[in-house]
Amino acid sequence: MNIQFNDETFRDDYSFKNSQRAIDRFPFPFHEDSYMYSVNMEQHQGGPVDSVYEKRFDVDEHYVSEMRDREMVLADDPLRCQSLPHMTLAGWDLLELIMVSKSEDYPELFELHREGANWHWINKPLGIDDRFVFMDDTTLPYGPMEYITRQTQGDFCVLDQREENLWMDAGIVTTQADWSLDFDIGMNFFEWHAPVPLAHEKGIFKRALKFLLNIQQGAPARRLNWTMTVNPLLDTSPENYHKWGVQKMSLTPQNLAEKQYLRVELQTFFRLPRSNALVFPIRCYLMSFKDIVSKPKWGRRLHRVVRDIPEELATYKGFIDNRPMMLEFLSRYDDGLPTSFGVWPDSHTEPALIESTS
Amino acid sequence: MNVPAPNSTAPKLTGAEKIDVTITAIVPLNDLVTRFEFKRSDGSLFPTFSGGAHTVVEMQDGDRKRLNPYSLMSDPANRETFAISVRRDDEGRGGSLFMHNKVKIGDPMVISYPVNLFSLDLRARKHLFIAGGIGITPFLAQIKQLVRTNGNWELHYSCRNASLGSYVDELTQKYPHSVHIHYDDEKDFIDLENLLHGQPIGTHLYVCGPKGMIEWVRSTAGAAGWPTAHIHYEEFLAPKPGKPFAVRLAKSGVTVKVGAHESLLEAIERLGVEAPYLCRGGACGQCETDVIESDGAFMHRDHWLEDEEKALGVKIMPCVSRFEGKTLVLDR
Amino acid sequence: MSTFNFPESIRSRPVYGTLQAQVGKSHLMIADAHGAEAVLEMAAKEPAMMAQSHIIYIPKGTQFGLQIQALKPAQYYEGPSYAAAVSRIKRVLSDAAMGLQIYLSGTEGLIGQAQYEVMQAGFDYTAIQTEHRGSVARRMQCVHCKGITEDVMIDPFQCSHCGLNLFVRDHYSRRLAAFQGVCIDAEEPGNVPLSVELYS
Repeated sequence: MNIQFNDETFRDDYSFKNSQRAIDRFPFPFHEDSYMYSVNMEQHQGGPVDSVYEKRFDVDEHYVSEMRDREMVLADDPLRCQSLPHMTLAGWDLLELIMVSKSEDYPELFELHREGANWHWINKPLGIDDRFVFMDDTTLPYGPMEYITRQTQGDFCVLDQREENLWMDAGIVTTQADWSLDFDIGMNFFEWHAPVPLAHEKGIFKRALKFLLNIQQGAPARRLNWTMTVNPLLDTSPENYHKWGVQKMSLTPQNLAEKQYLRVELQTFFRLPRSNALVFPIRCYLMSFKDIVSKPKWGRRLHRVVRDIPEELATYKGFIDNRPMMLEFLSRYDDGLPTSFGVWPDSHTEPALIESTS
Repeated sequence: MNVPAPNSTAPKLTGAEKIDVTITAIVPLNDLVTRFEFKRSDGSLFPTFSGGAHTVVEMQDGDRKRLNPYSLMSDPANRETFAISVRRDDEGRGGSLFMHNKVKIGDPMVISYPVNLFSLDLRARKHLFIAGGIGITPFLAQIKQLVRTNGNWELHYSCRNASLGSYVDELTQKYPHSVHIHYDDEKDFIDLENLLHGQPIGTHLYVCGPKGMIEWVRSTAGAAGWPTAHIHYEEFLAPKPGKPFAVRLAKSGVTVKVGAHESLLEAIERLGVEAPYLCRGGACGQCETDVIESDGAFMHRDHWLEDEEKALGVKIMPCVSRFEGKTLVLDR
Repeated sequence: MSTFNFPESIRSRPVYGTLQAQVGKSHLMIADAHGAEAVLEMAAKEPAMMAQSHIIYIPKGTQFGLQIQALKPAQYYEGPSYAAAVSRIKRVLSDAAMGLQIYLSGTEGLIGQAQYEVMQAGFDYTAIQTEHRGSVARRMQCVHCKGITEDVMIDPFQCSHCGLNLFVRDHYSRRLAAFQGVCIDAEEPGNVPLSVELYS
């Protein structure tokens, strides 16, 4: 596979775009025509060829541009990357996991050569060629977690495990769905999820925590989550909400198809060996409504999900005000035909949209 | 968990991932304790692990499969070799006797990936270890980990006598200022109250050893005002033999008779019913099972359920707990 | 009456208890304003603990100092503000030993900031006794400019640093010892509801 990296932006002129390949492999998150929270965990041990689930850390056409965007965010606000003092060992664990995974999964892009503690890392897309001593912080330009996550798509939360709970004690967060690492660092699993409506009452977090505490070495897990974003803006941080929030008001019936994005998070969970910490990468995939409705099944289903979602969730996910406009657009792509079960587009078996005659 | 899996593989809950290994060394340390060393059968490297982790060793003893957890005591950074130390228990159910008497160099075995239920609290300003007898094993790995990261630690190790002091020489030679040995037969006991007094704020206390020692350390530290969040302990219980009893597994629609020398979990597995587990020693909570109906007495032996839950008789940990009475129906 | 029943809230919002003397080798009490009442009530039940107690008190204009001193704690300090007291708190914690019991009472701002110092010393926050007394004013962090505004009594309020109009969330950070303030008119600048008093 030869990835052609896009030269694109996630701010200002928003030149971000998805190729046909990116559309075809988009992790559409709804397996049926409605949505409610669930723990929806499964093993993260590969997946269909060329899907986003195939590799341990998916690298796609947005890689180089996303890393450039991260660099800008961190230059503006270094507090987006923090690690409490006891989490350095987990940072080395994470560096090892990512370097080993990427060099094995994408040998044409990444190389790792190890002689004892002397490591040599080559990242061809970003033009990095570094030699360092494993576990020696002084031999890298950043701490180990920051060093490797400046080269890996997605946000990363590194969770310490103690007292039957998980603690958000380190992370790098520049592509977040409106939560602040600087504020939440040090919180336990229930505390950082505290603002999420309904799920606590349904016992979702209790069950999810129990599952996560028991994730073992060699047996990573994954799940999907989603929200909505106006414009392909990666950094929807609370820190800058007073700057980007107003963009939500720029949506019109004329520009919605291109401006409204479904934002999907592929969340994975790996037990880290030396520290016994858990790393929780949150990888963000963006796709415009226009591209979504190019798959008849996804268009039908997204309309039904957005229409029927409880008000609390639409509010929490930040699209309650724009919902009527979204439905006006999406309803044109819902002819009422049934959809097949599962998340895949089933492009060859799902019927094309019956064009309305009105 | 409703799983609309893009690629439908439900999370595996029965035990951790497995590793095929070969016994490469058997080193008797004294009359009771022997060290067993493993290498991966395919020649590849082991995963690294965190100090305090255990592995579940599968023993094929005739037609009987035993699964026993042992602390990994080798250097967590050594990916060539994993090692455990096993104390022979002549009164036990036979797992340690199998290891001591039947396992030979070159034998293939299956062990689990490392699982840590006794990890270091890496926030600690100081780690204070209290070990009794074979309870030294998790600390051996933790000490190696801390030495590599310049951790602040101190060990107080209590043994019956000098001839049964596994790893005493190695520890006192390498770390003469951090290791303190106490022999029961010399009437040299750990002066715990004094030891706990004056430890700097931010110290975490860890204890591993016989049940009585764990209780003594926990209650003494509690009485000295140590918060429970600063006290860590690990005690793997071996399932104890008992009277045979019958169990109905409602979901599977079968009835199983649990033998005198078999645990409830082993009996469930023997019938081919999938049952989750990690530690098989009453500590991790994975095998927690709902009781649908019971008429009789529970022998709860785990560290997992709250006392109230035990009294209510609505849950059981089948890895170590038993039952005596007329009827027992489980949601499994 | 200096006690207040906080309504039930989200999981990150701190919950306070009632100070209760714990078994321990020594005791550190840090209180402000009406937090003194919680210390006095605990001491009335357990007067013997005072011989091993160090009390750090910030009166904030209240008159409890003499009553506290009359308990005859082993050490007593009265400071004009938390900022003035914090170097002493750090010094006391720097060579404290396990077995020390810690009690914090008074406003949320005092409890949160002292708790942070205790955590920095390596002591688990779950083992700290806390009791809220007095003002329900909040210490707020502006998530945008990161500035802290003390003693916020209204919602929404104006950030004392960057001037944005912020709504008062119940989301609370132990590390910052502050609640979160988020811009209320980001999507429609200028559309700011009238402020109301907290818990009114």
